[in-house]
Amino acid sequence: MSTIHIPVLRFGTAYRSLDVIKFTVGDKTIEVSVANSGLIRRDLPKLSASVAALQEIPAETLVGYMEKAAELYLHGHLPWGDGPELQSPDDYVAALSQLTGLPYSLGRGNMAKVHAAMSNIRKVLDGLTRGLSLDIFDTGVVDQDGLAVNFFPQTNSLGVLLPSNSPGVNSLWLPALAMKIPVVLKPGREDPLTPFRLIQAMIAAGFPRAAFGFFPTSHDGGDTILYGTGRAVAFGNDTTLKKYAPYRHIQVHGSGRSKILLGDDYADDWANHLDPIVHAISANGGRSCINCSSVLIGKNRDALADALARKLAAIEPLPRDHPDAILSGFANPKMAKGIDERLEEFLRTPGAVDLTAKYRNGPRLVEVHGQTFLRPTLIVCDDLDHPLANTEYGFPFASVLQVPQAKMLDVIGESLVVSAFTKDADWSADLMTSTNIERLNLGPYSTMRVQWEQPHEGNLFEFLYRRRALQGDLLAV
Amino acid sequence: MSSTLTVPQAQAALDAHTRKLIKWHFSPETGCDYWLKWAKQAGWDPRKEITCFADIAQKFPHFDDDVLRTEQPERFVPKAYAKRPYNVFETGGTTGMPKQRVGWDDYKTDYEEYSDHYGPKFFPKGNWLMVGPTGPRRLRLAVEHLANYRGDSCYFVDLDPRFVKRLIGAGEMAMARKYQEHVIDQAATILRHRKIVNMFTTPRLLENLAERMSLVQAGLKGVFVGGTTMTPQYVRFVVEEVLENKINFAPTYGNTLMGLAISRKLTKADNYSLTYYAPQPRATLRIVNPDNPSELVPYNEYGRVELTTMTKEFFVPRFLERDEAIRRPPCAEFPWDGVGDVRPFQSLTKTIIEGVY
Repeated sequence: MSTIHIPVLRFGTAYRSLDVIKFTVGDKTIEVSVANSGLIRRDLPKLSASVAALQEIPAETLVGYMEKAAELYLHGHLPWGDGPELQSPDDYVAALSQLTGLPYSLGRGNMAKVHAAMSNIRKVLDGLTRGLSLDIFDTGVVDQDGLAVNFFPQTNSLGVLLPSNSPGVNSLWLPALAMKIPVVLKPGREDPLTPFRLIQAMIAAGFPRAAFGFFPTSHDGGDTILYGTGRAVAFGNDTTLKKYAPYRHIQVHGSGRSKILLGDDYADDWANHLDPIVHAISANGGRSCINCSSVLIGKNRDALADALARKLAAIEPLPRDHPDAILSGFANPKMAKGIDERLEEFLRTPGAVDLTAKYRNGPRLVEVHGQTFLRPTLIVCDDLDHPLANTEYGFPFASVLQVPQAKMLDVIGESLVVSAFTKDADWSADLMTSTNIERLNLGPYSTMRVQWEQPHEGNLFEFLYRRRALQGDLLAV
Repeated sequence: MSSTLTVPQAQAALDAHTRKLIKWHFSPETGCDYWLKWAKQAGWDPRKEITCFADIAQKFPHFDDDVLRTEQPERFVPKAYAKRPYNVFETGGTTGMPKQRVGWDDYKTDYEEYSDHYGPKFFPKGNWLMVGPTGPRRLRLAVEHLANYRGDSCYFVDLDPRFVKRLIGAGEMAMARKYQEHVIDQAATILRHRKIVNMFTTPRLLENLAERMSLVQAGLKGVFVGGTTMTPQYVRFVVEEVLENKINFAPTYGNTLMGLAISRKLTKADNYSLTYYAPQPRATLRIVNPDNPSELVPYNEYGRVELTTMTKEFFVPRFLERDEAIRRPPCAEFPWDGVGDVRPFQSLTKTIIEGVY
């Protein structure tokens, strides 16, 4: 059995820690070095050198590197760790599956998503900066319709505490490098592979090693990153959100609670739009914050719910290497068991029924193909206040509620993505002024839909850069 | 302090010390009210039945340190000390009544032994700085005594751990960080303006201080730390980065009940794994099976730390610490068992690295 060592990356220096976390993947032992928080604190003051290394390279060149890195990430043989062993895309997908439970099909799907985020970097930057020239990252000033527009970085780094649930979230920090902002990453416990592979692809494409901090670490180390970087992103639940709420420089991606709202103009035509709803609930194994977790309709709730339940219940756990696999196994079976028990407990509260129970082939919690799965679950809810009405879990789970269209915007609460199935112009205007919706899809689209020129959750450029009023006629650029 | 005895000689010395101290604590002329009444209620006479250290493990139950909270300290004053006012040293006490122990000269004995273990090259002559819990703790007097014993003086910066725990418990992390900065500000000021050569602090404060300045450039030559778990990686980090491989480093394991366990000098083979040796025979550490604390675990296996303290001032039999450690064999410097890689009890059943991710 060979041993792969994934080091801590200290802005250009690979470091082997005496603290390691070990995983077994096939015939390999993967040892991940763990950084103590003090080590991270000692490294953060060195970030000025990382900024300088990125500043030396024109943004146009960095964007080219990113496009090249996209191909290397998707197709290349890249270092597994700090040894000579190279990791093929198939090696990566298989190891990712072992560590996170993602079937190969979803691993590849996530790779494609991240690849698209990188290869579309020009579109992404264009969308984030609303069309500013890349020169803005070289000189800080561009001419826009005869007006000198000046943006300056508000930070010397972007700290990111990554989750393990879905490799696709890594696409969020990638544009920072093209914007000349170094990154300080804490990988999710079960997925050190994705950010490490991305970093290796970017270094191979030309990015300076000094631009990357990669710190597998404890909660304490994670806090060190969040508090020690000028701008930081954390993923988590409502508790995480509350913990970091007082810190303006920390952006928390909490529970998505993404929803599909069927307008009155679609309420009788629901049967023709089941596929995008099923996709929204089940794509990526239901692990994303942009997966739909509630469907609201003004009438025909029971018929819609029944049809959705039949389709969702038909999604069966498959072996991790099956090309049609949709469901992810749980890396930690105790978590699956805990969710299942919690759902059963909440179902004892009157007003909610698990419609999938009668259609699926066995219990929700199942151990099969060497993994622990939760089968898709669709709950029909009578009451908006029911504990299962507006919540989400890391597998295909959704509630269906009957709510008059006129009341929907009053009751949805904060929702990362809302797909509103409607052509109603007045209601569309109301939807667009809602402060509860982060991303709005108008039309019968899955909540999982991505358009690269649109920001994901907040605008990363505006998070990292700030516009300054620039006046006078002596500008020498 | 290191010993020139062989392992059997050290064992014989411990047995002889045990007989002597049991006689002291359970004789009406010298013992304290608490233990004399305890023996009466237990219905057996330790003076007759305890003939060697092994008998303590066979015949005494585990000491319940809650009595140090519930009983008046006077009950622990040996008759032989009745005419001398005592020091009260506290431990714990984040909320409610802290645990208290009485003492006279034990802390001086402990720290003189500790001082003798390290020569003038390790802690060169010069001023000391203590950055850590002072207040009602024995540590403050002990560190000053250490400095004085070596012919030096000591500056102090206080840290109130009860306040820090309270802030953390209330979720006031920002305030906790401000308080920590306040402590470090004071320490940095002393280091900048006074000639400090040696320092005692906690590992965390040490690394925080080193984030402000190079401790080597500040003139430090020797650092003595205690109070927190240190994994091999953490020790390596402190040695290589915080102390820049240039400042002598003396980690210790101890508390108000035990005194001070000295760490064996690190060798390359240790790979930064610390092993501490209790100040035997005054205090003895055993690594016991958590499910059956009467039996020792085999060497190089983790078990729960059990402390027995036997000085003329204080008797604590078989106290189960809230720590676990690896049982390590005697070494050339210390001919009795050592305790390695101490960490909070029951982290054995959790992930390998406590608290990671």
